[in-house]
Amino acid sequence: MTKKTYERVGLTSGEYDRIVEILGREPNELELNLYGVMWSEHCSYKNSKPVLRIFPTSGERVLQGPGENAGIIDIGDGLAVVMKIESHNHPSAVEPYQGAATGAGGIIRDIFTMGARPIALLNSLRFGELSNDRTKYLFENAVAGIGDYGNCIGIPTVGGEIYFNDCYRGNPLVNAMCVGIIRHGDIKRGTASGAGNAVMIVGASTGRDGIGGASFASVELSEESQENRSAVQVGDPFMEKLLLEACLELFETGCVVGVQDLGAAGLTSACSETASRGSSGMNIDVSLVPRRETGMIPVEVMISESQERMLVIVEKGREEEVTGVFKKWGLNSSVIGRVTDDGMLTIRDGDEVVGRVPAKSLAEDAPVYYREYEKPAYLQQVGVLDEESLEVPKDLNGVLVGLLKSPNIACKEWVYRQYDYMVRTCTAVAPGSDAAVVRIRGTNKAIALTTDCNSRYCYLDPATGGAIAVAEAARNLICSGAQPLAVTDCLNFGNPEKPGVFWQFRQAVSGMSEACRVLGTPVISGNVSFYNETDTNAIFPTPVVGMVGLVEDTSHITTQGFKEEGDAVLLLGENTQEAGGSEYLKVVHGLEQGSAPRLDLDKEKRVQDCCLELIRAGVVKSAHDCSEGGIAVALAECCISGGIGAEIEFESRCRKDFLLFGEGQSRIVITACQSDLERIKDTAARLDVPCTVLGRVKGKELVIDIAGQREMEIAVEDMGTSWREAIGCIMG
Amino acid sequence: MKFGVVVFPGSNCDIDCYHALRDVLDQDTEYIWHMTKHLGFYDCIVLPGGFSYGSYLRGGAIARFSPVMDRVVEFAQSGKPVIGISNGFQVLTEAGLLPGAFLRNNSMKFVCENVYIRTENASTPFTKLCGEGQVLKIPIAHGDGNYYVDDRTLKDMEQNNQVVFRYCDAEGEATAESNPNGSLQNIAGICNREGNVVGMMPHPERCMEEILGNRDGTVIFKSVINYLKGGAVND
Repeated sequence: MTKKTYERVGLTSGEYDRIVEILGREPNELELNLYGVMWSEHCSYKNSKPVLRIFPTSGERVLQGPGENAGIIDIGDGLAVVMKIESHNHPSAVEPYQGAATGAGGIIRDIFTMGARPIALLNSLRFGELSNDRTKYLFENAVAGIGDYGNCIGIPTVGGEIYFNDCYRGNPLVNAMCVGIIRHGDIKRGTASGAGNAVMIVGASTGRDGIGGASFASVELSEESQENRSAVQVGDPFMEKLLLEACLELFETGCVVGVQDLGAAGLTSACSETASRGSSGMNIDVSLVPRRETGMIPVEVMISESQERMLVIVEKGREEEVTGVFKKWGLNSSVIGRVTDDGMLTIRDGDEVVGRVPAKSLAEDAPVYYREYEKPAYLQQVGVLDEESLEVPKDLNGVLVGLLKSPNIACKEWVYRQYDYMVRTCTAVAPGSDAAVVRIRGTNKAIALTTDCNSRYCYLDPATGGAIAVAEAARNLICSGAQPLAVTDCLNFGNPEKPGVFWQFRQAVSGMSEACRVLGTPVISGNVSFYNETDTNAIFPTPVVGMVGLVEDTSHITTQGFKEEGDAVLLLGENTQEAGGSEYLKVVHGLEQGSAPRLDLDKEKRVQDCCLELIRAGVVKSAHDCSEGGIAVALAECCISGGIGAEIEFESRCRKDFLLFGEGQSRIVITACQSDLERIKDTAARLDVPCTVLGRVKGKELVIDIAGQREMEIAVEDMGTSWREAIGCIMG
Repeated sequence: MKFGVVVFPGSNCDIDCYHALRDVLDQDTEYIWHMTKHLGFYDCIVLPGGFSYGSYLRGGAIARFSPVMDRVVEFAQSGKPVIGISNGFQVLTEAGLLPGAFLRNNSMKFVCENVYIRTENASTPFTKLCGEGQVLKIPIAHGDGNYYVDDRTLKDMEQNNQVVFRYCDAEGEATAESNPNGSLQNIAGICNREGNVVGMMPHPERCMEEILGNRDGTVIFKSVINYLKGGAVND
């Protein structure tokens, strides 16, 4: 075997030697391809595994942690939430519509593979600056792809986040999250056990699309990537809708032993992973796999990533029940082999054995790399911020409007009105507030959902940035009236073989882990996406946090908009003088510098606990966390959402611009009836949370005084127009 | 009184219609699988929204060939009430039960949002409890909702009072700005000549509960329940 052969499938000579050692012989071409895809970073996590171990992954409510198709968290009443987020970055960079669509399709399958009914989709998107035409094209088509897939299948896209920064110009990020609901007793797992049980492939037929997608995801993007379109899968949401309904109907028959979707590495990963989890082997015949193209050779069938397919392990003798259900839905179902007890994945093409390797060696025995890491040099330069040299802008109204128009802060309606966020009629809080809220039918409960990450903070300080991503996600859920329960993460980074990138990765994970511990939100599923680089420029470290919280009673559901004239506006937490990493610095001064905002996790926890206790006590009429754009933008958003103004007075002696637009953490703006003020102050004092009355809801303008001086005065309608129309104007 | 909600492969508002009728309005409701050749006894049939057959070719173009549609046509011709919502509306036009056709939204994008519609015909079974000219806030969610019909048919429809709803602003003015998809004459809903078959693009089943922030859709289904109760007395 020439050196070129293993390099072509993305393996190193060391890895090749290891395969020879495992097999006791040289692998044939097909076998080598199996290892190539399964030992890719995308499938094996060979670079990230040792670091991921530091995440807290257990807790009273955790029914399924990492290692399965999705994580599961208990929400009481015998019900549980299934959740997972996944990246589809490289496909979306090359073919944004299909890349994003199949990202949604893949994550939906991960959820119903667990036996759950998918009930909501979210996403997290990153693109270059919208001044660039190719970025507009990527943005427009990725949004359309996500929308069309979710809309057609009938799962509402209820939330997400979008940021624009030049670092994503060549390598956009498309992360899709899905959440499902399940009864505890109905949980399915991706396990193949019981020698003689049938191995069936169901759903779409197999073609040549997506060949080698897992390997494609595990290298840097380059000029040639644009030619790699055959590595991008093509989605068919109608097919997936049928597959979803058929699978859920099939699970009710009780004949299913295990089930796994065919995602990255297709049949190869589904067979080897299910067999490996069940300590079994599997004997399959690729000639029995229904195909949509002629002339496919066995290796193509094994690594095709054609969408909308599932592998189902069925009790011996009950195969016809499967056929019956799938026939009703007009879908293929074919027995392609049997579970064995020899631990080997044996692949036949008719009678001829074309490959035979230990199933576990594909699924679990990829080498683990302890990558070198070193604090990158850029941090020294960007960490410094000469505040003195920055002038305080005279026109603070203008600064606020400028920030409201910044695509990172502006209203995302242009995006979410392309998503059917209402189908299933459970969306109690639609996109646009701190978190989406979805009621759980048949109970008085709801779940709140969010995705968050400020990657600029992560760029300046990955550990703090990672912790803030978790803290902000939790804060968003708290503001909606939910107790944060669990995290699913999507860790988007550059090339891990570069010590600087790997240092960012380790730091971010450690910061996130600490925040997860303090805030009581274990990581129950996730995904790592490395090699997000083009032309040697890595993206900002972007560890996206997807979080789910439980609203114990739908009467606790809270939104950000101010509600009623005369209500008191209060701040839980304290204003600071931190400007580092702020959107203000970027938009007004053109700087992405300074320290990331400080985060005191114990204080954060106290602020969150206080807010939730007050919400549950029924005294909070609106709640909104302070994030990008600082307290001025937070107040503006409360006014715009509520369609009502406010009079605000700050006593602070901080620099005015930093006070208004700095992004200090652990702050929540709430409103309440004047008559509840004492009660709120008492609760805050008891929980050791700073609580200040900032002013009251009033009129049609946002008016802000600082230390007795009128500093801002701006009509809510004008702010609303700037904020709402900004992205639409740019996109035309 | 019994409602039937037709399920095509790719229907996705079937459970929402079922929930609205059974759980919110406490009506006896059943799903009707699209392969059904013999219809059980129903008083009203709902064709729900979604993407029947993936909306491939054209929304509703394949669904109209489902076996159940022959029975739905007979049911409609017998004078019983049928409502098609969103994709269900498209199916009704494809099946020839309602005039007209649908084009891609003029924005060329899928759009999901709350819109206002004005009741133009308050005498159909589904609008009897609406006042003439009553404005309802009801969400839309579609990519192909741009209603089109030729001039002659339109004139006919106007004469027969077949335009049931028009998109309008909050004050009830059918302005160009309030038209979310480019529909001819701001048409959001129509009925057949007899008035018993109604199609509408907005989704009333999505706004029938306080927790969803809007209950304007309730009047559509309450109307038909009221109508059917009256019908039962006359029988």
